[in-house]
Amino acid sequence: MAQENAIEIIDVKKSFSEGDYVLNGINLKVPKGKITVIIGFSGTGKSVLLKHILGLLKPTSGQIKVLGKDIASMGDEETIKMRKHFGVLFQYAALFDDMTVLENVQFPLKEHRKDLSKSQIKEMAFEKLKQSGLDEKHYNKLPGEVSGGMRKRCGLARALALDPDILIYDEPTTGLDPILTEMVDNLILSTHNHKEDTASLVVSHDLHAAFRIGDYVAMLDSGKVLLHGPPKVFLESDNPLVARFVSKGVNKK
Amino acid sequence: MVEQIRQKVNHYIDLAFLTLWQTFEGFIYEVGDVFSFGAYSLKTFFSKPYRFKEFVQQMEFIGNKSIFIVVLTGTFTGMALSFQVYLGFKMVNATSLTGPIVAMGIARELGPVLTGLIVSARAGGAMAANLGSMRVSEQIDALEVMGVEPQEYLVAPRIWASIIALPLLTGVFDFVAMIGSYFLCIRVLEMDEAIFWDKTALWLNPAHINEGLIKGAVFGAVFSLICTYRGFNTKGGARGVGDATNRGVVLSMVMIIILDFFLMNLIEVYYKWTA
Repeated sequence: MAQENAIEIIDVKKSFSEGDYVLNGINLKVPKGKITVIIGFSGTGKSVLLKHILGLLKPTSGQIKVLGKDIASMGDEETIKMRKHFGVLFQYAALFDDMTVLENVQFPLKEHRKDLSKSQIKEMAFEKLKQSGLDEKHYNKLPGEVSGGMRKRCGLARALALDPDILIYDEPTTGLDPILTEMVDNLILSTHNHKEDTASLVVSHDLHAAFRIGDYVAMLDSGKVLLHGPPKVFLESDNPLVARFVSKGVNKK
Repeated sequence: MVEQIRQKVNHYIDLAFLTLWQTFEGFIYEVGDVFSFGAYSLKTFFSKPYRFKEFVQQMEFIGNKSIFIVVLTGTFTGMALSFQVYLGFKMVNATSLTGPIVAMGIARELGPVLTGLIVSARAGGAMAANLGSMRVSEQIDALEVMGVEPQEYLVAPRIWASIIALPLLTGVFDFVAMIGSYFLCIRVLEMDEAIFWDKTALWLNPAHINEGLIKGAVFGAVFSLICTYRGFNTKGGARGVGDATNRGVVLSMVMIIILDFFLMNLIEVYYKWTA
């Protein structure tokens, strides 16, 4: 049986100035129920690709099918509706700093689940925060009053609030110490195991983490997918750039 | 040699005109951007989901929290202006006109302009800094990917609250400035109380007060539009937030003073036309 794809990127090109392509014909499939990690050196187009998937940027050409629908050709209203299928954990969590940890998680529920009562919303937010492993004593603190790791957990709880079909992690371990990095990796794995049909897409330059958590890894270079497949494909690759990235990544650890 | 100098001078003149043109062109584009940003934001306020709670929060921040500073500056402005006007009129033995002249000056000019400047420095700066830091810390992106339209959620309540709060604050300024004027003229300079109120009531008509309130609403729209636009489009990190705040506040203040002159003429023409 053919594997169902949550995201399908077909020959996507993006140019901000004439002739200069940041994305130069990207083809990539992100299957449901699997963790796909996008890696690459800085400036290879990872963040730009992510913005295209989320509908924040429109490609110059090509298609980005999210749950079977091309997000690139959607109008604003339809794009906003489509985004409800995403849960995004930002690099620095991007928590609203005038809301408490609990209010941050309640926010998407209040916005989109008008059918729920206040107590139901609170109950669901508690559940997501517990799932993310955040202790109850921190729920009424402001984001500025908790540690970086706790902010990540809260950001993940907020991303999970609407039970999204696609979870996106934007550089989740950048700037974290090795212990916190491992904690975040474990969090991604446990979250994924909690709801197995969710497609997880992790954008990272941490190769060690990519091999540890990824079912599939895609390496970007010069706006193209250089290599895509299970982690072992990378270890066996004789492409000099991949070999260099792998050796640097492994040596670093 | 002369030909070379002539060519060089011509080159610099060309360069100066080109720079001037590019600056003007950039300004026109930016004005267009600001207007389309404002028009879209204002429009979203009337579509679901309605942001009444956010609007009330902004009214509280822009209106309530500015009252103290408006009262303080209003009172002292009223007293200072009264004293200057009194000294001027004393030279021509017309001190009885101090009350009405101060009242007209406050209601038509100083009330809306000073309120606009004070509130744009306080609330406008906070708006630009707040939205700017939300932009650089990806909080605005987070709203977007959560399916929440950031202009509708963040910008529209701020602009509408400013449009409504500014005339109210202008009214407060006018009132306390007249109290200050009364205190100085009657209690300190010992002018006749009955003449003070009688002349003021005779000369000051509701159209003067309305003129100030209309100006207040326009200044509210202008400063909030400029500051939210600057904050919303912040680029870079902490430095970008600082730049956005600085440019937002300075431009708001300059625009308030320039617009005041044109509004004054426009309103005058309107009154003459409808008279």
